[in-house]
Amino acid sequence: MKIIKTCLSAVISSVLIFSPMAYADKWSDQFPHIKATGDIPGDCSYEEISKKNYKGKTLKINTHAVPVIGQPTALHAEQFAKLTGATVDVTHTPAGDLYAKAMVPFKAGQAPYDIVFGFSNFINDWRQYLAPVPKKYMNSTEMKDVTKSHVGVSSWDGTMYQYPVDGDRHYLKYRKDVIDNPEMQKKYKADTGKELKVPTTWKEYGEMAKYFNGWDWDGDGEKEYGSAEVMKKDDLMFAAFFSRSVAYAKNPRTPGGFFFDLETMKPNINNPGFVEALTDWVEATKYVPPGGINFGLGDEIGSFGGGQTLFSFSWDDAFIAAMQDDSPIKNKVGAAPLPGSDKVWNRVSGKWENKYNQAPYIVWGWAVGVAKKSKVQEMAFDYLCFFSNGANHQADLAIGNFGVNPFKNSDFDPNLYIDTMGWDPEIANSYTKTLKDMEKSKNRVFPLRVRGVFEFTSAVATGTSKALAGQLSPQEALDEVAKEWEAIVSRVGKKNVQEDYAVGVKMEDNKL
Amino acid sequence: MNFKQKYVFLFPGLFVLIGILIFPIIFVVRLSLSGWNSYNGLNFIGLENYIRLFTDDPRFWQSFFRLSFLSVTTVVLQYVIGFALAHMVWKDIKFQRFFRVLFLIPMMTTPVIMTVIWRTFFHESLGPVNDILSNFGMSPKWLTDPTLAKITVIIVEVWQWTPFMFLLLLAGLLSLPKEPFLAAAIDGASPIRKFIYVTFPLMAPISIGAIIIRLIEASKIMDTVYVLTSGGPGTSTETSSFYIFIKGLREFQMGYAASMSFTYLIIMIISLTFIAKGLTKLLLKD
Repeated sequence: MKIIKTCLSAVISSVLIFSPMAYADKWSDQFPHIKATGDIPGDCSYEEISKKNYKGKTLKINTHAVPVIGQPTALHAEQFAKLTGATVDVTHTPAGDLYAKAMVPFKAGQAPYDIVFGFSNFINDWRQYLAPVPKKYMNSTEMKDVTKSHVGVSSWDGTMYQYPVDGDRHYLKYRKDVIDNPEMQKKYKADTGKELKVPTTWKEYGEMAKYFNGWDWDGDGEKEYGSAEVMKKDDLMFAAFFSRSVAYAKNPRTPGGFFFDLETMKPNINNPGFVEALTDWVEATKYVPPGGINFGLGDEIGSFGGGQTLFSFSWDDAFIAAMQDDSPIKNKVGAAPLPGSDKVWNRVSGKWENKYNQAPYIVWGWAVGVAKKSKVQEMAFDYLCFFSNGANHQADLAIGNFGVNPFKNSDFDPNLYIDTMGWDPEIANSYTKTLKDMEKSKNRVFPLRVRGVFEFTSAVATGTSKALAGQLSPQEALDEVAKEWEAIVSRVGKKNVQEDYAVGVKMEDNKL
Repeated sequence: MNFKQKYVFLFPGLFVLIGILIFPIIFVVRLSLSGWNSYNGLNFIGLENYIRLFTDDPRFWQSFFRLSFLSVTTVVLQYVIGFALAHMVWKDIKFQRFFRVLFLIPMMTTPVIMTVIWRTFFHESLGPVNDILSNFGMSPKWLTDPTLAKITVIIVEVWQWTPFMFLLLLAGLLSLPKEPFLAAAIDGASPIRKFIYVTFPLMAPISIGAIIIRLIEASKIMDTVYVLTSGGPGTSTETSSFYIFIKGLREFQMGYAASMSFTYLIIMIISLTFIAKGLTKLLLKD
């Protein structure tokens, strides 16, 4: 008996000492952010990073404004400083200024920031100023879990320049407690003669959003609205417009370019597919909350996540915010692919095809790199590796406005959301299935990754916002964008843009 | 002191002047003759940027006319309100000192922070302004209607900068000689006649200075637009400086932005000179 007791206590002691549970106790006491999992062993875990000594060294980071990505940057900077003794200075910059804030010193041959955050589609402009991710980190346990597509997204010509910290896609979020509610279904049928279900086309989305706009349909004493969308000019609204356009303009039977015709480099942006999408979007201004055409990403997250609207689309964050413990609508939301359309434009024949079409928009997401001229490159990569280590990543995923979304293979396991975040199994399954199916789709659209990308997206934002404000008709607005795109192509050089765009087209045409 | 020594003493001041004034202007001119952007260096492209600006960029000119409207409207309102307030506390009234300090408070606050607060006030679904107005069946689109968004920008600008006008005009009123007012009182002039024929003409030189200073400042309006509306909805509140900011620091078309900045500088120098001359003629007839 004594032998058994001794053996048992030895086993328990060794488990406590060597298992992750032991680290969980040790590190989650100091860092409550990872209390759900404790430290997770890996090359950049709390345990491993605490062995580094960066006392007397300073790491300078330029990141997005708080909360989206700015908050986790600051939080992990504080943790990193505590663990290594380093001084970490974090500067927060609005989304629209991230590009220039890095480009101005890059162009002037300076490196005021060791780490710069931006969007993954900046890669072509930034890569010449960024240090490639060293092999040591490429072979780390954390990196091995990153999906193949996100390794590709962070790389150019096989070299990784952006450290994966986030992975984004646009998909539909809806109020499950309304759409699946038999009473609401009955009422909707009686009033409209149509079925209330998860919308599969943008027209259905619009009809339902309009019906559920401006009245208290959840009985909380407040008015609710149809849809929360990113419509503010300088706040990534171009991406929201592309999400609405893919159904009408990405035809799987006409390969060779969604944004341009790759052969001629003539913009497709003002073809009837895009115009139809913009017409829908102008209509959407009637079913967004008051002030909705001034909503940026943060407003969209707050609006849908706070239970103000029936639908939302774009990044994961609004869905995660809705599923947080403090959300009034936790476990009352659903995820589904972006709506499609009953017709799709064929740019070769110049005619509409009356066939159902749906295309996922892989927006990718936040990207971050280390300046080539940084004098503390190792510390900078250690910080990034620590940022996305197992424990931090899982904790960040659970916070809606952190802006950190699935990009690791382990993120597609529904149990992660059921066990650590308390999600309803049906919702966790539909969420991970929606994301996984997008990875599998053969009709995907990827963002533009060409030289001078900000000029192209800025032109889209200006044109579409004029249409939303009623200054121009959708056709006039997109004609203006197309004219501007032609001018940009001519300034950058047709061959240069063509060469860059060909990489994206290969991905869209499933040839890469 | 010989000739060379004079220049030695002059040198520090000259050096600072060249460093902070002359060099940036020369650099902007050089930059404006280049195609410097995210994919090109400081190459020389001649007058290409200027040709593009004058022949193919209506957005710049629209933003310029919008700026003219906004700055003239805000400065006129600031002048009228500022003069009224200064006139009020110039006289012996109760709590005179309290009001003098109170009226200066908006100017002492940080414009960006105050604009964020104003944006919260005017938020159409969460802001207190519409919350109150909804009791009367009204919910104006302060930030999303093209016309109202301009009015909102004007309200914020007038609130922020009227105290500056108030301060200059109050200083002017306090420095006026007493004799003309005594003479007017002996002649039995009413308060309105006293204002029209004595106070206003005596204040004319100060008024011209205050208006010109505020016009120069108002023509650079940027932070209010940036925080409040981002130039929207559409481009309805986009001003020249905000447009130059978008082209230069958002899209990184530095060369083109420099050509717009330089053109804008020239236009402002010319137009403000004419405005100053016009005001002098109008207000200082004698």
